Amino acid sequence: MRLGLVIDLDTCVGCHACAVACKEWNTSGTTAPLTDYDPYGAKPSGVWFNRIRHFEVGDYPHNKTINFPMSCMHCENAECVTVCPTGASYKRAEDGIVLVDQSKCMGCNYCSWACPYGARELDRVSGTMKKCTLCIDRIYDMEIPEEERQPACVLTCPAHARMFGDVDDPESPVSRAVRDRGGYQLMPELDYNPTNHYLPPRVHAPIPTEELKKKAVRKMKEWVNRVVER
Amino acid sequence: MHPALAVIFLTLFSGGGFGIMALTAIVNDFQIDGGLNPLQTVVAVILSLVFVSIGMLSSTAHLANPKNAWRAFTRWRTSWLAREGVFAVLYYPFAVLYLGWVFFTGGTHDTAGLILLNLAGVVGLVTIFCQGMIYAVLRTIRQWNTALVPANFYAMGLAIGATVLAAERVIMGAPADTLVGIALALLAASAVMKGIYYFWIARPGGPTIRTAIGFNRSTVRILEQGHTFGTFLTEEFGHTLPKAKARSIKVMMFVCAFVIPIAALMISLATGESAFAWIAVLSVIFGIGVERWLFFVEAQHVVNLYHGRQQC
Repeated sequence: MRLGLVIDLDTCVGCHACAVACKEWNTSGTTAPLTDYDPYGAKPSGVWFNRIRHFEVGDYPHNKTINFPMSCMHCENAECVTVCPTGASYKRAEDGIVLVDQSKCMGCNYCSWACPYGARELDRVSGTMKKCTLCIDRIYDMEIPEEERQPACVLTCPAHARMFGDVDDPESPVSRAVRDRGGYQLMPELDYNPTNHYLPPRVHAPIPTEELKKKAVRKMKEWVNRVVER
Repeated sequence: MHPALAVIFLTLFSGGGFGIMALTAIVNDFQIDGGLNPLQTVVAVILSLVFVSIGMLSSTAHLANPKNAWRAFTRWRTSWLAREGVFAVLYYPFAVLYLGWVFFTGGTHDTAGLILLNLAGVVGLVTIFCQGMIYAVLRTIRQWNTALVPANFYAMGLAIGATVLAAERVIMGAPADTLVGIALALLAASAVMKGIYYFWIARPGGPTIRTAIGFNRSTVRILEQGHTFGTFLTEEFGHTLPKAKARSIKVMMFVCAFVIPIAALMISLATGESAFAWIAVLSVIFGIGVERWLFFVEAQHVVNLYHGRQQC
């Protein structure tokens, strides 16, 4: 089993709800707390497992905004685990989730140097490295309904841009989505073999705007706008 | 990369300390310039121990949670950082036993002494290799992911060791012709090695912002980083150095680390002035300290691509 996330860049609206839900759940989760520094001051900062960046792809007028959520990729070749000198970082054999044992971490930052995706952040207050747990305290919780046994970010996403599942099982919804939509991994040239995949935006036929027949009301509005000067 | 003083001191002083031990072994093995007498040997080994200890103690200052530092020896099967710790600790018994042997028996190059000395020297050299590999294994940092990194650590550790040992001989008024020659050769070799390294990392390469987000055939620009102020990632990895400033600091570094020590050692050998020997030692340590600072500040982690850098 190889659990991870598949993120649909076609439908992600960049609302940061996943990051907020993640922070809310995990600040009282297994690696809690997710400390904030100066949260209401001039320089707010703190520990987050999930960060959303926004990119512009292509040049005007053929450009597009891509909202880009990133969290731990739970890589097959998790170098962060290889380089850890204390054994605090480990990758679970049964489901491939990469975790940090907070009682063993000495806060040397070496794993964060080894991670190309910026998934690990040092908590200055506890002095330990913290990272996405794939909500391990949700997905195996037998006390909650089965449909809620998913990471907080996936449950909260209003655009259904996040999927959670087993990438190893070729018939799982996430594997199907990756196959059908041409899902890809980030920076494959570094050979970390991340579990998380990203689905590229769908190719849509451009909506014609030039020769659109204008309605009478719209024509009237434009005429008024021209005539009435401010 | 954030140039943390603790890590700069770790590689600078422990590298130099292991270099002193390795050079002491070579000098006493082959009785170069008549070998070190017991007093000179004791001074050299104590210097080596002090240098290594400064490095090791300052490295713990880099830890955010040092109470777990003892666990850093456990994952030596996979982690170069753990291997470095294991070998650095293994160095102490051999160095201290040799120190005691020379102190109590006065035998600097009898069989038992030489075995201890050479073991300390070899363990020190292995530690330098582990130290270099800590950085060289990181595929995330192009400027570090090269065999030149451990090679440079070797060259500079040995150059510091040879300079300190040659200066010690001059200051104590003992013959030092060959020793100064070795120091000059190692300093010159280190300068060439560092030049090759700078030539190597000057070539652009590695992942780009396009492969970072997977839009390989389009131009990609960042619109928003998604946070109002800095994060751990921008504080740890965001450091850069403007090209012109880097160039002038490198010139200063080459002068302090290599040119001044070479000139000062030659003058001190010719005139017997111990002041120049002191200058050589202080200058090489300062210069290679600046070199280590550049090594960290110039390392550009690929996570910067997600903060808008086009290429690292």
